[in-house]
Amino acid sequence: MSADMPVLHERPQVRLVWTIARKELRDSIRDRWFWLFAGGFALLAAGLAVFALSNSQVVGFGGFGRTAASLIALVQLVVPLMGLTLGARSIAGQREAGTLRFLLSHPVSRTEVFFGLLGGIGAALLAAIAAGFGVAGLVSAARGSAVDAADLLGIALSSWLLSLAMLAVGILISTLARRAGTALGTALFVWLVFTFVGDLGLMGASLATDLPVNVLFFSTLVNPVEAFRLLSMLQLEGTLDVLGPAGSYAIDTFGGIVAVPALLSLVVWTAVPLAVAWWVFARRSDV
Amino acid sequence: MIRAESLTKAYGRSVVVDDVSFEIGSGESVAFWGPNGAGKTTIVRCLLGLVHFEGQLLVDDRDVARRGKEVRRLIGHVPQELAFYEDLSVDETLTLSAELRTVDRARIASVLETVDLTAEVGKKVGALSGGMKQRLGLAAALLADPPILVLDEPTSNLDIAGREKIMTVLEGLRADDRTLILTSHHLEEVGSLADRALTMAEGRILAECAPAELADRLGISSRLHIVLSEEDRTDEAVALLRGMDLDARRNSRGVIVDVSAQNKGAAIGALLEKGIGVADFEVWR
Repeated sequence: MSADMPVLHERPQVRLVWTIARKELRDSIRDRWFWLFAGGFALLAAGLAVFALSNSQVVGFGGFGRTAASLIALVQLVVPLMGLTLGARSIAGQREAGTLRFLLSHPVSRTEVFFGLLGGIGAALLAAIAAGFGVAGLVSAARGSAVDAADLLGIALSSWLLSLAMLAVGILISTLARRAGTALGTALFVWLVFTFVGDLGLMGASLATDLPVNVLFFSTLVNPVEAFRLLSMLQLEGTLDVLGPAGSYAIDTFGGIVAVPALLSLVVWTAVPLAVAWWVFARRSDV
Repeated sequence: MIRAESLTKAYGRSVVVDDVSFEIGSGESVAFWGPNGAGKTTIVRCLLGLVHFEGQLLVDDRDVARRGKEVRRLIGHVPQELAFYEDLSVDETLTLSAELRTVDRARIASVLETVDLTAEVGKKVGALSGGMKQRLGLAAALLADPPILVLDEPTSNLDIAGREKIMTVLEGLRADDRTLILTSHHLEEVGSLADRALTMAEGRILAECAPAELADRLGISSRLHIVLSEEDRTDEAVALLRGMDLDARRNSRGVIVDVSAQNKGAAIGALLEKGIGVADFEVWR
């Protein structure tokens, strides 16, 4: 008889998931990588708030809008890196250190451990993003700018959704990799693809092949970082003029629900990698 | 209490546990004895449901493959390679373990006392010695007062002082009604802690015997150097020991004799019984 994995037969207990998530959150907050990201993000956000308010050269936005637009650009770079690397180090790092076996030798299922790790790191990312946006909002307010709290909160929430999508991809890499170093290297490569190569590739392809606007719009949404940008711009401006003809097509086609495909992209980028990662984690023997 | 039938575990093409079957009764103390790579630790990992395997493994009539979480509730496990979260304190580590086992935190003080680690409660795990970490592992394993205790090479990587300390604790635990499963390649450990030994090599169980018979079955002997009180009785001592079917010979300061590793005292006892004084002795291997 071939043995099935316990995870398929045992109902997860929320209490145990909560215990593991708390431990993971505490570990993340003690981790120097977390402080590097969270501290760097908060510092850059504060710097942008100061810079954007004193510089009127940012085209198309006024007052706090300039700060918010700069924050979106910062999030596009920093948040995917944070989510991907923390996710990539999670399971592979604990497997390599042997602590994953310590956890799993307790009366807990793999599902509980998996979602505990996810919950803890997800909460740590939320804390880092809240700190960054909080600092930017406070600096803007202190410098006399009228801070739009709804815009700030909306963009912060979109940033968290992006971080969860990137965390999911990072965790998938972590479950597949044999070593923590390999997982981290792969995560950095994926970050480059999402933030630079994907965007440039799409731009190049649209220039070279004269892509129809509908294809261009949906191709943009395939990249979660672009989906975040779209969602945030909508929150900030209510239009997608920054996307050019593709933005006009999106507004004309989807009207008031244009945010839905972008949101859906982030949800799919979170759910699918997580489902595959859970499936792999539940079946791997070499913990 | 524990029954394995045709238990097999392979990593790729490498079979590390090969069609193994055994039974361990409630309250029994059983040792898996064998060299490194014999498959002892893999059996422990199967028992905890940490790895996939072929065959059937039942713990208290629960199928490990399907009800691993329930099975782990019955087992306290001290792994060979202790891997704790190094930046947690002893107290934080045991609190985490207690929460995962649904055990009252009040138990922590009691298990720390059992393993003599109360003074280290606030220390970071990373600052503990190997012996202390081993005792912390034992404390975590004892938190839920489990009916089964699994010790994977409990004294490996320990210095003499650490080894003595953990053996004292383990010998105390053996007196309980708990089922004790031990993996080891130290004869002394098996002799002190087990009622029964299963010898393993290359993933298979080769034999089952009492720990006292283990050394003889495996042909393992110890070499004693005995210094006699009266040098002129050396030939008499050698003859006496040879008469006991022992390989004995003279050396410059007394007698060298090969004896069963589990019965080193027999040679000295025989000499003393004949009135041949023993001034000193050393175990050479």
